Amino acid sequence: MSAALLIEQALNGLQFGVMLFLMAAGLTLIFGVMGLINLAHGSLYMVGAFACAAVATATGSFWLGLVASLVAAALAGAIMEIVVIRRLYRRDHLDQVLATFALILMFSEGTRWLFGSFPLYLDVPEILSGAVALPGGVQYPLYRLAIIVAGIGVAILLFLLIGRTRLGIQIRAGEADREMIAALGVDIKLLYTAVFALGAALAGFAGGLVGTIQSVQVGMGEPVLILAFVVIVIGGIGSIKGAFIGALLVGITDTLGRFLLPVFFGAFMNASDATAVGSALASMLIYILMALVLVVRPGGLYGAGT
Amino acid sequence: MKMIKSTLAAVAMLAATTAAYAEPVKVGMITTLSGGGASLGIDARDGFMLAIKNSGNSDVEVVIEDDQQKPDVAVQLADKMIQSDKVDILTGIIWSNLAMAVVPAAVAQGKFYLSVNAAPSQLAGPGCDAHYFSISYQNDNLHEAAGAYAKEAGYKNMFILAPNYPAGKDSLSGFKRFYDGELAGEIYTQLGQTDYAAEIAQIRASGADGVFFFLPGGMGIAFMKQYAQSGVDTPLIGPAFSFDQNILQAVGDAALGVKNTANWSKDIDNEANKAFVESYQAEYGRLPSVYSSYGYDTANLMLSALDKASVSDADAFQKALEEADFDSVRGKFSFASNHHPIQDIYVREVVKEGDILTNKIVATAMTDRDNAYVGDCKM
Repeated sequence: MSAALLIEQALNGLQFGVMLFLMAAGLTLIFGVMGLINLAHGSLYMVGAFACAAVATATGSFWLGLVASLVAAALAGAIMEIVVIRRLYRRDHLDQVLATFALILMFSEGTRWLFGSFPLYLDVPEILSGAVALPGGVQYPLYRLAIIVAGIGVAILLFLLIGRTRLGIQIRAGEADREMIAALGVDIKLLYTAVFALGAALAGFAGGLVGTIQSVQVGMGEPVLILAFVVIVIGGIGSIKGAFIGALLVGITDTLGRFLLPVFFGAFMNASDATAVGSALASMLIYILMALVLVVRPGGLYGAGT
Repeated sequence: MKMIKSTLAAVAMLAATTAAYAEPVKVGMITTLSGGGASLGIDARDGFMLAIKNSGNSDVEVVIEDDQQKPDVAVQLADKMIQSDKVDILTGIIWSNLAMAVVPAAVAQGKFYLSVNAAPSQLAGPGCDAHYFSISYQNDNLHEAAGAYAKEAGYKNMFILAPNYPAGKDSLSGFKRFYDGELAGEIYTQLGQTDYAAEIAQIRASGADGVFFFLPGGMGIAFMKQYAQSGVDTPLIGPAFSFDQNILQAVGDAALGVKNTANWSKDIDNEANKAFVESYQAEYGRLPSVYSSYGYDTANLMLSALDKASVSDADAFQKALEEADFDSVRGKFSFASNHHPIQDIYVREVVKEGDILTNKIVATAMTDRDNAYVGDCKM
């Protein structure tokens, strides 16, 4: 095993983590501020990817597609909040899960009705295609580097937004005490819609960005959604910082686990068994990580409960 | 639940001979029409319905239902079709796990099952049944052909990967049954995995001279796009499932030049195939996929048997099916003793025709291939 391979895998883990962060940030914001479990967050990711693919194909510009993914997901999120989600804040979590699960089905079949059952085409823009040589003899796809940069950029913007702006103060206040902030004259309904649209836009952005190197198809959001939930549980629900650290932890653990565990078992087993045992264990690794974190810190790494 | 009941309109009665056997037959089609796997079921259904429409036979009624790619739903639908719709023949299932849930119970109740796609090894070996026919292949076939091709093309150090589930394991063992070179690596990925950066890095580091991968549906699209971006240029080989007509357009130019094994291609040169491709395009406005061709052949086989025998006479109908007296779009077609096809399997290359990516046959990987389980089937 060479150093170049290890560096490449670490970068892969980082890129996967950054992508998970974009999903988890929206989810944790919505859960933190409104106390709402939104299973349909993965559908917003899908909306972003489809919007990006459709606009990129129609105009020939990936960048317009990316803008479209932000706009379409934010819009879908805002409409979803006003029409359905608003009625769920006072209900218990089971009702929210049921209603947002119904939304998943509607989004999926609606998308299929609009775009058909076949996966859409979406390719990396010319300027970001191919691989670049990094120090240490590592060949790395340029587009994945771009995802890392974009994700970290979004993370910095989010921190500034939450920590330094008026909207950020209102969001944090809403998390702490929603009656009090309403009493202080903040339009809580508008705030909730804005936060929901922001979270949706982040998911849509992730969809557009990642749809480019994955398959743009109905149901693409659900596998990512499960990982995003793992991330926010590890990071502590409601904490952007926790989501960021949790996402990187999950991304790196998953990638390195998939790669190193079969090698590890290969040291004292025959190759075929080592592959089978290693891959089986690798797929459990992030859940084991989650369990360990919860044992040590039941509220998650940066959760309010600890 | 969606339910589409299609009764076929009578097209002019052809000859008195067909009328003589005319007796309404009810076919139950359970297939995947919603969710991520819908494109496969839709193609199989469209191929099946096209064959019935083209035949002008108005005595076949087809009840179509969506299994949502869920075994429990498929089982409920099969019960409903057998008990309340009173179907004589079942067909349509795409996924092997659904087939395992439905087929044994259906044939045990005396129904015929004609498979348009799924053909797990369990149903080819000891679990075979006189009323079960696979028209597509036996699951291992295309992987075996890929192994045979890799060996013949002189690959010595292959890297192989498949998802960690039964069909993935069958795939790699099918490949290894005919490939006897070294393995640079063998990986089982997670089912539904969308990011293959870690695997691609290992392929790059392994020094393999070729890569065999079985990643059906969206998994294959993601893998090939990421592979093209990674700068690794080790040649790829795979079964047709990742190079299906609908998938290719989503992968784009990243798939150009990739070799894949299939038992059908739109450029197989025979009259039946030409007529099929032409009428499919005219009817649906898109090119057929392998699944469309399986659906089409399944319906034609069934119609050929119905011309010879009534489905109510099970033994005679089974004999008529075994004769496989129809014009397959694959050219020659016959059944092995365990009711799975004996057929040629080709190597195709992904090419561009105008703006459309499609496949072209470049070699024959296996001639008159049956399957590895013929001896295990006692019928």
